[in-house]
Amino acid sequence: MDTIDFKLVAIGFVTGIINGLFGSGGGTLIVPVLVFLVKMEDFEAHATAISIILPLSIISTIMYLKSNIIKFNIGYVVAIGGIIGGFIGAKFLKRIPNIILRKIFGVIIIITALRMIIG
Amino acid sequence: MKLFFIGLISGIISGMGIGGGTILIPSLVFFTELNQKEAQGINLVVFIPVAIAALIVHYKEGNIKIKQAKSIIIGGIFGAILGSLLVLKINPNSLRRYFGIFLLFIGIYELIKKE
Repeated sequence: MDTIDFKLVAIGFVTGIINGLFGSGGGTLIVPVLVFLVKMEDFEAHATAISIILPLSIISTIMYLKSNIIKFNIGYVVAIGGIIGGFIGAKFLKRIPNIILRKIFGVIIIITALRMIIG
Repeated sequence: MKLFFIGLISGIISGMGIGGGTILIPSLVFFTELNQKEAQGINLVVFIPVAIAALIVHYKEGNIKIKQAKSIIIGGIFGAILGSLLVLKINPNSLRRYFGIFLLFIGIYELIKKE
């Protein structure tokens, strides 16, 4: 039987709280932890992060469902767009220089964040 | 149609390996009638099918470290329950501000992060 690493359990607990509280963000949080703390390669961290966030998101979805927060009539339209977009992004746009893209993304995120805090 | 395009654009960006919910949730809050909680619910629902598809590919390629993932998931289950219960106690406008603060940290991290 595998031993349970309690440090990782604690990290998981925090990740679960964030992912449940914000309905997102778990992956953003866990990937750097897997790279820097668990010493995974980048591609392993991304893959492993999905295997962690999927069950947590399913649990959160069930709990959101019970509170009638989830609007399926809107969700399925967004999901169709998201799946098509995800495919386009993954297939065709992977070779855009990552560093510049990430810095632009960072600036957009900060502006968005300020609007959400102040608005 | 607006909803489809919001999904499409955030899908393209997350397919490129960045963003995901960090794009989708604010877009839904700013450009639709949905409140913060409902936008988060949509993000969860959209994430699940995309994640299942990605997981199948990664599993076949052997990229997933199951041993470490297991410990994190055990803690994560309790966290996910607690985090989702907290959502019920917070009003959508306050939750939007907390989400904004979380987003601010993500943005700063992206800017200062070294490759």
